[in-house]
Amino acid sequence: MNASRPEPKLGPNGRPVRPFVLPDTIGGRFRVWRFILYRRLVQLGVLLLFLGTAWWSWSLGGRPLLLGNLSSSLVLGVIPLADPFAVLQILATGHALDSQVLIGAAVVLLVYGVLGGRVWCSWVCPVNMVTDLAAWLRSRLGATDLFHIRRSVRYLVLVLALLLSALTGVAAFEWVSPISMLHRELIFGIGLGWTAVLGSFLFDLLVLKHGWCGHLCPLGAFYALVGRFAPLRIRFDAPTCTHCGECARVCPEPQVLNLREAAAAGLIRSGECTNCGRCITVCPEDTLHFYLRNPLASAGRSQSDSR
Amino acid sequence: MTDSLTARRRFLVRMGQGAAMAATGGLLWSYLLREQAHAAATAIRPPGALDDADFNARCIKCGQCVRACPYDTLKLAATGDVAVIGTPYFTPRETPCYMCVDIPCTAACPTGALDHGLDDIDDARMGLAVIDIENCLSWQGLRCEICHRVCPVQDRAITVEHHPRKLSKHAMFVPVVHSEACTGCGMCEDACPTDKAAIRVLPPRLVQGEIGRHYRLGWTIDTPVTQEFKPAEGEGGREPPAAGGLDYLNEGGL
Repeated sequence: MNASRPEPKLGPNGRPVRPFVLPDTIGGRFRVWRFILYRRLVQLGVLLLFLGTAWWSWSLGGRPLLLGNLSSSLVLGVIPLADPFAVLQILATGHALDSQVLIGAAVVLLVYGVLGGRVWCSWVCPVNMVTDLAAWLRSRLGATDLFHIRRSVRYLVLVLALLLSALTGVAAFEWVSPISMLHRELIFGIGLGWTAVLGSFLFDLLVLKHGWCGHLCPLGAFYALVGRFAPLRIRFDAPTCTHCGECARVCPEPQVLNLREAAAAGLIRSGECTNCGRCITVCPEDTLHFYLRNPLASAGRSQSDSR
Repeated sequence: MTDSLTARRRFLVRMGQGAAMAATGGLLWSYLLREQAHAAATAIRPPGALDDADFNARCIKCGQCVRACPYDTLKLAATGDVAVIGTPYFTPRETPCYMCVDIPCTAACPTGALDHGLDDIDDARMGLAVIDIENCLSWQGLRCEICHRVCPVQDRAITVEHHPRKLSKHAMFVPVVHSEACTGCGMCEDACPTDKAAIRVLPPRLVQGEIGRHYRLGWTIDTPVTQEFKPAEGEGGREPPAAGGLDYLNEGGL
């Protein structure tokens, strides 16, 4: 028996390639699923703060907690927040904006500039819950893609959104965005916005894997650019990696796990990484971790890279 | 040579495909935007709302005005509503604007789509009330005038005018709306006792005409008829023609 067993496959570091095994214990499973749980808690928590302030007048020291929605809001009646991409579209229409919303956009840009832009996508955006569900169901259905488009199409959509804003005089993506529709209608009353959300769900489920978030969404593309130089990254510990590929199997943006580039940089450099943490918990070798890099060092590195 | 040619051709075709995709997508997308912008034409906006094009561009659809309204007058348009997706509007027959003196909705606007410069609610122009005289009780000869009594800009936005009729019938007292004072709050529409409101608030541009500057009115409808008649001052277009008219066709030449 033992003699007929094939030699264990070895990784480039000479260690045997071990597959990821889902632990049987509750504690072990919690460790594997912890970031998904944390992400759902944050996503639902943000939603709940908006809902609570809107419906049950939640406040702190007499100040409303979180007024508005993800397009623009006011924290405790003082700190403005605003969707920087929505603001950019409005500016592209050639209209001026009041300072409150401009400051709000700057605050949000600052936060995601540190956390990694696409932390928005995996930790805050309500549509992420819809498309994650679609992806999970899809893996059970075993559906194959109807067609392929490049993931870079989202940057084309981003440019198109700004161009159409300039041409039509209205913020082009804000008027059709399933993200804004879902969040707004959850807080301010249900209309037909769910049809757009259902559309993105079905598109992801049956047409193209990770179709909306991973290929088309211009907001994700915008935040990918914002997060390009963010300090919070996934660290990659090259010597321990056996190239088993478990990380790429769970990653919604597997192109960011370019292991050669990651080995050279010591971290995942692409801004398209959403910092969702899936790869961290499935890695059997404990190769991947959250990591706060020194922004000055990273600036130096990117300079030397561009040469 | 042929390899580089096919490579170039492939590159050009790829570029063409990308451009075609962007163009078709962009066209469909812009149709959708235009369609929606037209759909917004009948919505009554909160006080201080900029004119349509500016408002549609600047409103970020955050709903802070909606939350600031103490009467729950304002709604944020859901997909498929009368107004553009996500923008605030109200339906006067359901809940009118009660014209808060501190205008909290406008103050809450982070983008300036609602003009912060509006400091007197009487200057708001949310809409303009129009009367369907075929269904207005007062115009049928009844003493209703409810719209006049609930109007917050009473005796300026809505006045009651006395229409004498022939001897066998009593006079009519009919409400008349004046656009220079009507804020479009909709309290009249809300209060109108007919089954379907006979006085309604609509966006002014849907109901208001424009005389045109080439009509030189030497008088206006409320100019008192006196011997010392003078043309209205200010607007040059309203002064009577200075010269140029002929008293006789035969003058001069013949």
